[in-house]
Amino acid sequence: MFSFSTVTQWIDDLLRQGLCDELVLLVEFILIGFALLAAYAVFALVLIYMERRVCAFMQCRLGPNRVGPFGIFQTVADMVKILLKELIHINRADHFLFRLAAFLVIVASVGTFGALPFAKGLQAVDFNMGVFYLLAVSSLGVVGILLAGWSSNSKYTMIGAMRSGAQLISYELSCGLSLLAIVVLAGTMQLSEIVEMQADGWFIFKGHVPAVIAFVCYLIAGHAETNRGPFDLPEAESELTAGYHTEYSGIQFGFFYLAEYLNMFIIAAIAATIFLGWWMPLHVPGWEGFNGAMDYIPSAVWFLGKTFFCVFLQLWVRWSFPRLRIDQLLKLEWKILMPICLINILLMAIIVAL
Amino acid sequence: METITVSKEQLHDEARRLRYEESYNFLIDIVGMDYGDSLGAIYYLSPSQKPEQVVALKTSTTNREQPELFSVCDLWDSASVYEREVYDFFGIRFVNHPDMRRIFLRHDWKGFPLRKDYDADPAINPVPLESERIEDMERVPSITIKMGERVEETHQAFADGDYVVNFGPQHPAMHGVLHLRVSLDGEVIKKIDPVFGYIHRGIEKMCESYTYPQILHLTDRLDYLSGTMNRHAVCLCCEKALEVEVPERAHYIRTIFDELTRIASHLLGWGCMCMDMGSITAFVYGMRDREKIMDIFEESSGGRLMPAYATIGGLAQDIHPNFQKKVKEFIPYMRKMLKEHHLLFTGNPIARGRMEGIGHLSREKAIALGATGPSGRASGWHNDIRKVEPYAAYAKVNFEEVLRPGGLTFDRYIIRLDEIEQSLRIIEQLVDNIPAEGGYAAKTKAVIKLPEGDFFQRVENARGQFGVHITSRGDKTPYRVKFRSPCLTLVGALKAIAPDTKVADLIMLGASLDYVIPCIDR
Repeated sequence: MFSFSTVTQWIDDLLRQGLCDELVLLVEFILIGFALLAAYAVFALVLIYMERRVCAFMQCRLGPNRVGPFGIFQTVADMVKILLKELIHINRADHFLFRLAAFLVIVASVGTFGALPFAKGLQAVDFNMGVFYLLAVSSLGVVGILLAGWSSNSKYTMIGAMRSGAQLISYELSCGLSLLAIVVLAGTMQLSEIVEMQADGWFIFKGHVPAVIAFVCYLIAGHAETNRGPFDLPEAESELTAGYHTEYSGIQFGFFYLAEYLNMFIIAAIAATIFLGWWMPLHVPGWEGFNGAMDYIPSAVWFLGKTFFCVFLQLWVRWSFPRLRIDQLLKLEWKILMPICLINILLMAIIVAL
Repeated sequence: METITVSKEQLHDEARRLRYEESYNFLIDIVGMDYGDSLGAIYYLSPSQKPEQVVALKTSTTNREQPELFSVCDLWDSASVYEREVYDFFGIRFVNHPDMRRIFLRHDWKGFPLRKDYDADPAINPVPLESERIEDMERVPSITIKMGERVEETHQAFADGDYVVNFGPQHPAMHGVLHLRVSLDGEVIKKIDPVFGYIHRGIEKMCESYTYPQILHLTDRLDYLSGTMNRHAVCLCCEKALEVEVPERAHYIRTIFDELTRIASHLLGWGCMCMDMGSITAFVYGMRDREKIMDIFEESSGGRLMPAYATIGGLAQDIHPNFQKKVKEFIPYMRKMLKEHHLLFTGNPIARGRMEGIGHLSREKAIALGATGPSGRASGWHNDIRKVEPYAAYAKVNFEEVLRPGGLTFDRYIIRLDEIEQSLRIIEQLVDNIPAEGGYAAKTKAVIKLPEGDFFQRVENARGQFGVHITSRGDKTPYRVKFRSPCLTLVGALKAIAPDTKVADLIMLGASLDYVIPCIDR
């Protein structure tokens, strides 16, 4: 299977021929930064387009179909529009925090995005505590949301932010606990090692029942992390107009919007990584011919295929279910999901010990 | 209809007697009147045990400078909004009413527009150009008699420390321009203060200078989702006064149109309620099926949302040759789609969890508040005018008046889907039997003049009892027209059931009552 490390190694070698070590590092940082930001924007556009088409399909509509073939340039046009829009000045808002909030939200999401590997050998950083890093950085976004709600000087945003605080912090637990079950199985937090261990079967197959439970729990909790329906209480457009980002306009609103879609991607990518073997092709022990054929499919296709499958699951749920109420939401987490996750870790530990 | 006339001093005693001794527990409407030399009010009352029985209680006062009547708020809950309306339009103040604010017009409006001596000069009430403090608009005046002594006082609608949030007039969940001022304790609702009048067009005042056929066009704009039925009510009222024999064919077609409108309205109501709970897909499904009905309307009448089809004496034109075929195609389609709607939303555990056990409206409360229509029937109150006093072709068809004893949000939700099924039954029985002979409209005079007197007609529109009161003095324009809005009382019901629920429930409860704002404001 083709590994992108040959490409990255080649670039590294090329740079080292003419530059000193520090400059090489600097140039590489900048290159990676640009590549990630570009990928971030492109993925966001693809996701927004996908959401519109999938949602239209579920609602017996057509969705965007005029700008470019099949309407694929609609989101690009919308992006240009949002870049050109006026930033409305809010009276009596805390302007420093107001602007900071939008950045915090996007920084948290880019930070997580940076640690994701997109194909074999195509990963910016491979921490030895990768899972921990993903969890930690992705939960930074809640600070931005709380600040946005607080600084806007509006009652809708305030209620939205308070809901969001309660929701994100609660569901962070289930997210972490369900991933922990797999960490128990794998015995490591390093993402590359977790992938290598799935060469002879994805964890969702290898991990018996607890892995399946953890997968479902993670999808639910992760979905709640993204603030999307049926967990979209912080925004709840029919109650709070737009929740915590009611007062934002132009590209500041765009930041929240982008972060929402990318968070969806990130949750799907983590699920694909931990449970569905990341870029690892589908291998069945004993079926050599089948395994060989699967290996011919490029690793990037495997990763994106799995991720977009998980994204599709999220869209499906998003466009089918009504919204929960705040007390029901918290009950679901504290009385149902979290106990299940805790027992699940115990189960997993027993299985590993056996 | 029985009419009782009392002096203003006897009003409260007589009202109390009717309420408690003869159990007239449903106040249909209060119609303010300017008789020229005196100002007065007509109270339409009905007992819930015998809903076909209606009595009109009339009273008047000759004091035009400081007219005052005793309030009947303590006898019927719904009187509180009706009396505010009478005060707003006629300036009659009600003693012992806790909230004598204007209801539709601005708090600083000068003059009382439905009085015959009202000066409509725009210079008297200029358009305000500066932003105003909402606290000024929330001063609540009241007159009470305490220990034989008359006390005039004002207080603020909300206390100082209340966390008051505005829902509306521009808000995604308000389906129009209703303004709810809601005080919250965290997520829990403490008190609701509805502010009306953002889409008040003075339709009743306009009616006084329009001829009867012209008035019909205004009725479509009241509750635009049941425009056909509202128009039907005015037609029936005029036909009753003129004693015109309407051809059977027109009755059948009007009934089919009414039921199709009811289905369309319930589909939209269902969709909006689902959307308010966060399920946008359900809303699109409702709109999709509603489109079929709009197409049927368009073919026969030329209008989609407002078909403008019924006229005094019959119909504006005959049905399109495709009408019966299309309606017959629609019935099985709608039955199939109803199953899909149940599958998508009714059975959904989140939806059930949201709706069950919330927003209880007891039967007694529903009657006292005058919450008619599907919302009242979901509390077990038999109030369907189609059954109570059958008009048009309703006496000729078999259908069930759906009653549910629960009075909870889920009952109000499911009753609409069940009523769609009943409406389909009605249409099914009528569509093949439309009489061919007799023409589609009776001959009426070129200038329609109603004979002198008071005329009152009720119909069942998609939201409840829609009533028309016409006072005629024999001219080609009416002397006074009053529409009984079923939606106004539904907001009263919201005010009663929403406290102690959560913000998310407020939106859902509002949608479950399914009020339409232009119908409230008129």
